[in-house]
Amino acid sequence: MTDLVAPPVARPVHLVVNGVPTTLEIEPRVSLLDAIREHLHLTGTKKGCNQGACGACTVLVDGRRIVSCLALAVQYEGREVTTIEGVGPHPLQDAFVRFDGLQCGYCTPGQICSAIGMLTEHDGGAPSAVSDDVASPAALTRNEIRERMSGNLCRCGAYNGIVDAIESVGGKSG
Amino acid sequence: MRPFDYERATDVAQAVTLVAERPEARFLGGGTNLVDLVRRGVETPDRLIDVTGLPLTEVEATQDGGVRVGAVVTNADLAHHPLVRSHYPLLSQAVLAGASGQLRTMATVGGNLLQRTRCPYFTDLTMACNKRVPGSGCAAREGFTRYAAVLGTSEQCIAAHASDMAVALAALDARVELTSAHRVREVAVTDLYRLPGETPHLETVVSRGELITAVVLPPPPRGPSRYRKVRDRASYAFALVSVAAVLGVEDGRVTTLRLGLGGIAPKPWRAAAAETLLVGSEPTDEAFSAAIDLELVDAKPLPGNAFKIDLTRRTVVAVLRRLRDEAVTT
Repeated sequence: MTDLVAPPVARPVHLVVNGVPTTLEIEPRVSLLDAIREHLHLTGTKKGCNQGACGACTVLVDGRRIVSCLALAVQYEGREVTTIEGVGPHPLQDAFVRFDGLQCGYCTPGQICSAIGMLTEHDGGAPSAVSDDVASPAALTRNEIRERMSGNLCRCGAYNGIVDAIESVGGKSG
Repeated sequence: MRPFDYERATDVAQAVTLVAERPEARFLGGGTNLVDLVRRGVETPDRLIDVTGLPLTEVEATQDGGVRVGAVVTNADLAHHPLVRSHYPLLSQAVLAGASGQLRTMATVGGNLLQRTRCPYFTDLTMACNKRVPGSGCAAREGFTRYAAVLGTSEQCIAAHASDMAVALAALDARVELTSAHRVREVAVTDLYRLPGETPHLETVVSRGELITAVVLPPPPRGPSRYRKVRDRASYAFALVSVAAVLGVEDGRVTTLRLGLGGIAPKPWRAAAAETLLVGSEPTDEAFSAAIDLELVDAKPLPGNAFKIDLTRRTVVAVLRRLRDEAVTT
């Protein structure tokens, strides 16, 4: 460990969170996840592993899904962040209830944000690792949904319901 | 997490100057590896230079029929790009085989190349690791070696390189553009990395103050291609073994072979010995098997990863057999 060059200094970071322009005074080491939960008190976004392995902290930035635990908030200056509090009402929310896409619910905000981002990627023609021909668009089969959602773990094992819920909405909503 | 300064670079010259000013400064791409390492205390930068705002975000066709990929293009944008999907499907497949949809949205091409090993002893500060603390020893050698390398290792380090993308880039003869305040140079992807030897903490030939600014792909090789990744779960896991291959067959002989191997070496491994043996030969299963055996002759497996020898052989043969059948029927 080297000595610190300077004490940590908070700085203004501007984010548009769920449509609302917001200014935070935070240090560069604050993750986007902690900015959302601890500074903005939007606790729908969950901290699971805090190392990018579980997907519970998934949010949308400019409509694309990321894990907020490995993002420094300061990196997202000026960007539009959408958390689970800002997605609704969305047909995926109803579908997760209808198809039992959850048990304890801890992973659900991340699952839904991830699924929204995933459907946007698929609508844009993005292939996946299970697409046989990456040059052509792939139909959103159950196998494709499972692969594209593999960054979101569910320790209750509600995967079948999650796939059912996404399948029921897939193709009908971006 | 230890505090650090943060600067968002707006041009390459500024970025390389900012990082050259401080010996502990690091470039920051998507952060998917570095932020985690800083949080764990494995990396201890005093300044992060965010390069994701640099104008290095394009995937462009080059004059010679290749493609130039800006260093801060994200893994998702690379894998989803029409030029890459149609001309370098091997590269799309490899990128899509890595990480998760969320991480690919964040991760950058330059950051992917410079990611650190996922050897669990490297990231555990309580363990001996010559890569993290030179001279401290290697806890992995007597420990959990399932993900450790079998080729190119040394007494000091058996850590494997984690990138899928780099394995495909190695097979495609990609070159990496490095820019410093004084010069721009290109090195082959396979030459970007050093083998561990006596200095496992020195992983690449990139100098302090040099920034990866692009990856340059020559025109795609002729023949069908495939990236196959073998892992402990079906998705979102690092490779035990991966194979990136391009096979051209004409008149019953192998005319082109590009063979990259992942999960088994400290760097993306180009199987040059196997390629040399096979080109000009008949593309039989026996020839494929003999070629990969030759490549693996210097492997130094440990009890926990000796299975990788046979797994590599079987995966290579299976991929080449499939490509041969595609090459013959198309």
